[in-house]
Amino acid sequence: MKGLLRAEFTKFRSVRGWVVGCGVAVVLMLFFAVLAGAGTSDRGGGPRGGGAPPKGPDGTPVVDGFTFVRQPLPADGTLTVRVADLTGTDLPPPRPGDDGAPPAPAEPERPGPAEAEPWAKAGLIVKAGTTPGSPYAAVMVTGDHGVRMQHDFVHDLAGPADARWLRLERKGGTVIGYASADGAAWTRIGTAALATGEVEAGLFVATPPHEEYDQFLGGTSSIGGKVIATGTFEHLTATGTTGDWETEIVGADPSAGRPDVGATRTGDGFTVTGTGDIAPAGGGAGPKLEQTLVGGFAALTVLAVLGVLFVTTEYRRGLVRTTFTATPGRARVLAAKAVVIGAVTFGVGLVASAAALLIGEAVRGGDPYPVAVSTQVRIVVGTAALLAVAAVFAVAIGTILRRGAGAVAAVVLLTTLPYILSVAAVLPAVPAQWVLRLTPAAAFAVQQTVPEWPQVHQAYTPAFGFFPLPPWGGFAVLCAWTAAALAIAAVLLRRRDA
Amino acid sequence: MGTALHAEWTKLRTVAGPYWLVATAAVLTAGLSAATVAAVTCADTGCGLDAPRIALTGVQIGQAVVAVLAVMVVGDEYRTGMIRTTLAAVPSRVAVLAAKGVVVAGATLAAAVPGVLGAWLAGRLIMPGQGFTAAHGYAPLSLTDGPTLRAVAGSVLYLTLVALLSLGLAAAVRDAPTGVGVVLGVLYLAPILAAVVSDPDWERRLRQITPSTAGLSVQHTLDVASLPIGPWPGLGVLALWAAGALLLGGLLLRFRDA
Repeated sequence: MKGLLRAEFTKFRSVRGWVVGCGVAVVLMLFFAVLAGAGTSDRGGGPRGGGAPPKGPDGTPVVDGFTFVRQPLPADGTLTVRVADLTGTDLPPPRPGDDGAPPAPAEPERPGPAEAEPWAKAGLIVKAGTTPGSPYAAVMVTGDHGVRMQHDFVHDLAGPADARWLRLERKGGTVIGYASADGAAWTRIGTAALATGEVEAGLFVATPPHEEYDQFLGGTSSIGGKVIATGTFEHLTATGTTGDWETEIVGADPSAGRPDVGATRTGDGFTVTGTGDIAPAGGGAGPKLEQTLVGGFAALTVLAVLGVLFVTTEYRRGLVRTTFTATPGRARVLAAKAVVIGAVTFGVGLVASAAALLIGEAVRGGDPYPVAVSTQVRIVVGTAALLAVAAVFAVAIGTILRRGAGAVAAVVLLTTLPYILSVAAVLPAVPAQWVLRLTPAAAFAVQQTVPEWPQVHQAYTPAFGFFPLPPWGGFAVLCAWTAAALAIAAVLLRRRDA
Repeated sequence: MGTALHAEWTKLRTVAGPYWLVATAAVLTAGLSAATVAAVTCADTGCGLDAPRIALTGVQIGQAVVAVLAVMVVGDEYRTGMIRTTLAAVPSRVAVLAAKGVVVAGATLAAAVPGVLGAWLAGRLIMPGQGFTAAHGYAPLSLTDGPTLRAVAGSVLYLTLVALLSLGLAAAVRDAPTGVGVVLGVLYLAPILAAVVSDPDWERRLRQITPSTAGLSVQHTLDVASLPIGPWPGLGVLALWAAGALLLGGLLLRFRDA
C-alpha cells in the first residue's frame, strides 16, 4: 500500500498543471476573501439597527433594554411578586420590509391590549447595575414560554409553565429563582452566580418587537413592528432593599425619544409598560466571520476539477492499464488515489482557509458577530476537511462516469447549486432547509459561526446563515455521499474493463 | 463555411453524447422548475412573488448541462486528437469556431426550447394550486403576457448565450473538465459572492457585470425598474461576455498550435 500511495503521489505532483491548480485554489480563496471583506459594510445594520451592541459578561453581543422599577439591594434579600397579567400592544405603523422585499401587507391596527409576544417578559431581576450588558439574574413570566429563569443573557432555564408567583432570593454570591402557582408551594427553578456588593433589584418588563420573517426569491423580508408590553404586578414584597422604588428605562435609545413606557404604582404592586429585550443579540442579519471563507466555493470548483482529472486523465492516456497491471487490486488503487487527493487538498485547504480568514479579517468593513477562537479553528479546519472530502467525492464521480466534463459538472452541481438555491434566497425557508439536509451542500454548515438561541425569536433560515444541521452533522452528509460514491466506484471499477 | 458547418453537424449528430446532454438539459430544466414551483406557495394577497421567475428556476441547472455540451464539442476533439484532422480539412480556424458556434447554438436551442417551455407549463399548471390565484393577484402564466413572454424567451436566449460563452472558454482552455470547471465557476460563484457582499454599491455593481446574475435579470417581471440592471441590458451583458469569450477562444485557436 505504501508503494501504491507513493506511486499515486508521484503521479499527482509530477503534473505541473495540477500543482498550479492547487496554487490557483489558494489564490482564488484569498481573492474572494479580499472581495468579501472589502465589500462588507455595516451600513444598513441589523434588524435592531444602529451602533455596536453592548457585550454581555462573557463577551456575547446582547440586547439589554427594559423598564426597571428598582431599589438598591446592598447585600442579601428576597423579592416576591405575583404577575397578574402580561399583555402586548402593537405600535403603529408596522415597520416596512427590508432590502427590496415586497411591501408588507398592511397589518390591521391592533389598539389596546393584545396577546403578548412569545418572548415578552415580566418579572423580577437583580442586576449589577443599570449599564446595558451588566450581569443579572431574573425570573419571569413570558408570553408563550411559561416561567423562565435567565441570567447573564445566555443562560435560560424553564420553570413551571402555569406559575404566576415569582421569587428571587439573593444569598451571598448566589441568586436563587423560585416560582409558584398559588404563592404557598414554591418550586426552585435554578441558581445563578452574581458578585456580592450593592446591586439593583426590582421589577422589569420587556418585549422584543413583533417580527415575521421569510425568505423569498431574490431577497428576504421581515414584517412587524415595535410592541409595548404591559405587566401587572401585585403582592410585591421586598426584604433587604433600601430606599424608594424608582423607575428607569434601561438601554433607552435617546434618539428614539419615546417616553411611552414607564410604571405606575397600583395598590400593593405596579403596572409596568416596557419594550426591548434582555437576551443575546441575534446576529442573523449582520456581517459574519464565515463570509471571509466564501472563496471555499471557488477552491472547491478547482479541486473538483483536479480530483476528476486525477482519474480521467489515466483513462485518456491509457495509463490506467499500466496502473492496473502493476496493482491488480483495483479497489486499492482507488483507495490510494482517494488518500493522496484527500491529503493534498486538505493541506491546500488548510493553508488557503487560514490565510483567507486572516486576510478577510484585516480588510473587512464593519464588525462581524464575535466568534470564539475554538469556533474559528473549527471553521478553518472544517473548510479544509470539506474541500478534501469534496475532492475525494470528485475522484469517485470521475471513476464512475469516466468522462471528465460530466463528472466535474456533477460534483459542482451537487455541492454548489443547492447552496445557491437555498442560501442566495431562491427557495422559501422550509424547502431550503430540506435541500441543505439532503444534498452534499449540507457540509457548508461547518462554516456557520452565529449560534442559534432558543430564547431569541429570529429567522433561523439559510438566507440568514443558519443551517438546519449542526456543523459536523452537515459535514457527515457530504461524507455519506462520498462513501456511497466510492462504493459504487469500487464496484464499477472491478466489473468494467479499463 | 457551408462545408465546415456540415462537417460540424455530422460530428455532433453521429455520437450519442450530445443527444443525452440535450435530453438531460431539457429534463433537468423542466424538472427543477416543477420542483421549485411545487415548493413555493403564495399565502396572501400581494405576496410579492415573481411567478414567472419562480417557474423558470430550472434554468439554473439547465445552464450547467448546456455548458457541458458546448465544452465537449471542443474538448472532445482535443481529447481524441480529432482537432488536427478538423483543422487539416478546414484550414480557416475562425471558420471552424464559427461553425461550431452555429451547431452548438442549434443544439442548445433544441434543449432550451422544450426545457423552458416545460418549465413554463409546470408553472402554469401547478402554480394556481399553490395560491397563485386571481384572488391573490395572479393570472395563470400566459405567453401572451408581455413580461412573461420576455422571461420565457429571454431564458431560451440566456441558455444559448451561456453555451456560446462556454464554447469560447473551452476553445481557450482546450481541456473539457477544466473548461467545465471554469465555466461553472464563472456562472455560479457570482450569485454567492453577491449574497455575501453587504455593501449595497458593491452588490449592485457585481450584479450588473457578472454574466449569470446580469443575464438572469431577463427573468424578472416585477418591479423591473429597481433591478441593478434591466432585463434586456442584462442579457446584453451576458452577450458581451459570450462575444469576449469567443474572441479569446478564436484568437488562441488562430495563433496556437493545435
